Amino acid sequence: MAKSGKKSPEINASSMADIAFLLLIFFLVTTEIAIDEGITVTLPPYTDTPPPPVESNDRNTLTVNVNSRDQLQVEEEVTEVRELRAITKRFINNNGADPSFSDSPQEAIVSFKGDRGTSYDMYINVYNELRASYNDLRDEASTRKFGKPFGDLIDTTQINEIKDMYPIRISEAEPTDFGAAGG
Amino acid sequence: MAQPEVKNETMSKFVKKPREAPAINTSSLPDIIFILLFFFMVATRMRETDIKVKQDLPKATEMEKLEKKDLLSYIYIGAPGERLQKELGTAPRLQLNDQLADVEDIAEFIDAEKAKMPDENRSKIIIALKVDKDVNVGIITDVKIELRKSNALKLTYITTQKVEK
Repeated sequence: MAKSGKKSPEINASSMADIAFLLLIFFLVTTEIAIDEGITVTLPPYTDTPPPPVESNDRNTLTVNVNSRDQLQVEEEVTEVRELRAITKRFINNNGADPSFSDSPQEAIVSFKGDRGTSYDMYINVYNELRASYNDLRDEASTRKFGKPFGDLIDTTQINEIKDMYPIRISEAEPTDFGAAGG
Repeated sequence: MAQPEVKNETMSKFVKKPREAPAINTSSLPDIIFILLFFFMVATRMRETDIKVKQDLPKATEMEKLEKKDLLSYIYIGAPGERLQKELGTAPRLQLNDQLADVEDIAEFIDAEKAKMPDENRSKIIIALKVDKDVNVGIITDVKIELRKSNALKLTYITTQKVEK
């Protein structure tokens, strides 16, 4: 057959699939799908002196405490996590209306305190809700002013305007140490 | 070449024209596999460390995408994996790079991570905490104090997306 015809010999490509499969399997095993998304926080610089105690009856401070049994307490009242977002939003956006809540979003501070025995899951849950309150308020303000949610804003002056309206002020106090031994 | 003839004899009642058994054309198979391969090459990244602690990350909704991967340094916290529990117990441990470590090792780890980076990025280092959700906050507080001492103040809690009901 090869002698009679002058056709150029065909390259056998059937093993190409096998080679590609090997490469594919190699990549499947040695790589992982990038799932890096996270809640970013900035820590205060380290000092030896303990921070001044937060005045819990100050109207501009919302105290959020979680104990070692993952129970949530907001302003001395036991609360469920799903109610937290609404309370925080009302607190931040009070603008002096309710005497027990903040004067203005710029002055409002959310003070979050856990216990060493609190589970990380609960901690993230609460922190996420606090962040979500701020993000919701920013979204609302941005939609009202510029017609699109905060995340879609491109212009830096607009972004900064919204950021100045609702600065994120979540302060984390050193956790208490009541329940760590048991947990 | 002989096969179709045999077939024609036995199947002549049904098949009128002599026909060759169609060969499945597999010449595009490599292309398909290559497309899959490219997808995986683009969508994934190399596994850098072998994770030795339990990692069941908590769920959240308010995360941001971490775009600057070269600034990230990972700290894993969780109970040791099942195979290691016999020796190490179930108390949560830290993992820095490839080995289990203690909270005191963080300062050294941060210095080493900063040394790997170009000068202008060193102050922008972001610590990514991958923490199992069963861990207590206590150990995380200790880690945070160490991070503040080493002046690595940007921190991110890696979480997975919560599906909202």
